[in-house]
Amino acid sequence: MIRVVLPAHLRTLARVRGEVELEVLGVATQRSVLDALEAKYPMLCGTLRDHVTQLRRPFVRFFACEQDLSHESPDAPLPDVVASGAEPFLIVGAIAGGRGRV
Amino acid sequence: MSKVRVLVGTRKGAFVLTSDGKRANWDISGPHFAGWEIYHVKGSPADPNRLYASQSSGWFGQVMQRSNDAGKTWEPVGNKFVYDGVPGTHQWYDGTPHPWEFKRVWHLEPSLTDPDTVYAGVEDAALFRSSDGGQNWQELSGLRGHGSGPRWQPGAGGMCLHTILLDPNVAGRMYIAISAAGAFRSDDAGTSWKPINQGLRSEQIPDPTAEVGHCVHRIAMHPSRPGVLFMQKHWDVMRSNNAGDSWQEVSGNLPTDFGFVIDVHAHEPETIYVVPIKSDSEHYPPDGKLRVYRSRTGGNDWEPLTKGLPQSDCYVNVLRDAMAVDSLDSCGVYFGTTGGQVYASADAGDNWAPIVRDLPAVLSVEVQTLS
Repeated sequence: MIRVVLPAHLRTLARVRGEVELEVLGVATQRSVLDALEAKYPMLCGTLRDHVTQLRRPFVRFFACEQDLSHESPDAPLPDVVASGAEPFLIVGAIAGGRGRV
Repeated sequence: MSKVRVLVGTRKGAFVLTSDGKRANWDISGPHFAGWEIYHVKGSPADPNRLYASQSSGWFGQVMQRSNDAGKTWEPVGNKFVYDGVPGTHQWYDGTPHPWEFKRVWHLEPSLTDPDTVYAGVEDAALFRSSDGGQNWQELSGLRGHGSGPRWQPGAGGMCLHTILLDPNVAGRMYIAISAAGAFRSDDAGTSWKPINQGLRSEQIPDPTAEVGHCVHRIAMHPSRPGVLFMQKHWDVMRSNNAGDSWQEVSGNLPTDFGFVIDVHAHEPETIYVVPIKSDSEHYPPDGKLRVYRSRTGGNDWEPLTKGLPQSDCYVNVLRDAMAVDSLDSCGVYFGTTGGQVYASADAGDNWAPIVRDLPAVLSVEVQTLS
C-alpha cells in the first residue's frame, strides 16, 4: 500500500480527506503511482502531468523522505520506505508559480 | 415570477448571484472552486440548469466542471484538449516561431439548442467542441489550419480565443475572435473559416490593415440581427452591417476608444454599451471615473452613464468577458471589475448599484434570465 499526500486543491477536486492509499502493481515508481492515482481518481488526469507527453507539470513537485524526487526518472524505483507505506509520497504545488494572465 | 442568475468567474473562484425580477436584492453563493481561476461560467440556453465552468491554475492546469442543477453541485468532466495533428507554430512576442501549446480555456459557448454541445475557446488560440456534455473535446482545426495561423501572435494576455458567437438564424454560421489575430467567420459549423477583418486598422502591427494580426477584444451581436456585429478592438469601437465582411469605426465621441467589453441591449438592437479604459498602458478608467457609455444609434453618438458608479479615484479595469445583459423588461446590464465589484443596472444603464463589491478580481460575468 502506497500512501500519497495530495495538495489541498487536488484533495478538494478528488473529494478526499487526508492521505490517499493506493495499491500499486509491480515496482513502485513515480509513473506507476501516478497511473494508480489517476485510475482511482480520474478527475486528477491532466492536473499532475500532461495528458499526451506524460511529463510532470512544471509547478508540481514530488517529495519523499525529505528528498525532492521531481527530477528523477519517472521509472526509477521509489525508496523502499515509500513502497512499503512507511513513508508517504508527497505531491506538492511548487512555492513558485501559479499566476495566470488575463 | 422572473428570476435572474448572474454567473461570475473570478481569480479565486466562481460565484452565483440570484435575484427576482426586481433585481434589488441578491443572494450570493460561492466561492465555488475556491482558490482556482475561473475564466468563464456559462449556462445552456436549451437547459438553464446546465452550467459549464472553466477552472484553471498555474500549478494544476485546466479542469472543466459541469452542473446539472444550476450550480448547486458540480462534477468534473473532460479536460483533455489536444490539438489536431501536428500543432505547428505561431509568432511569439518577439516575432519568432513558437510551438502551439494548450494553456487554458478562456470562453465557453453552449449550443443554442443542445445542452450537451458546447464550444470552448482556448489559449493558445483554437476552437474545441464537445457533443457529450464536456466529457470529450475535439478541435475544429479548420480555424487554426486555414492558412494564417503561423502569423498569429499573442496579445498582452496571451494568444487567446475569447469570443464565440453562434448565429441563431443562419444554420452553421458562427464567429470567433482571437487576440491578437482578429475575427473569423465560419458558414459551415466550424469546418472552414475566413478572416473578417477588412476595415480594421491597427497601428501596432507592421501593416495596419493586414488580413490578420488585429487585437480584437470582444464582439457582440443582437440575436434578432445577427448580421450586425459590434467590436471593441484594442483601440477603436467598430461596427459591421454585413456579417463581418467589412467594418466601420463608430468610436465617435467616446473619451477613449480603448476598452475590453461591448454588449447590446436585449430589446434594442441599436443600443450598445462599452466601458472606455484610458489606454493599453493604463488599464483603468479615464480621470478615475468609472463610466459606462451607451449609444442608442448603433455607435458614433455616445452618452456617459454615471449614476451609482464611482466618479472619483476609481482605477479598476473591466475585462473582456465581464459584461452581460438580461432580457427582462427593462433590460438589465451587468459588469464586473478587477476590483471585485459587480455592478448592475435594472433600467438599461440609467442607474447603477453594486450587487456585490468585495469579490476577487472579476474575469467574467454572464446572465441567465429565468421564467
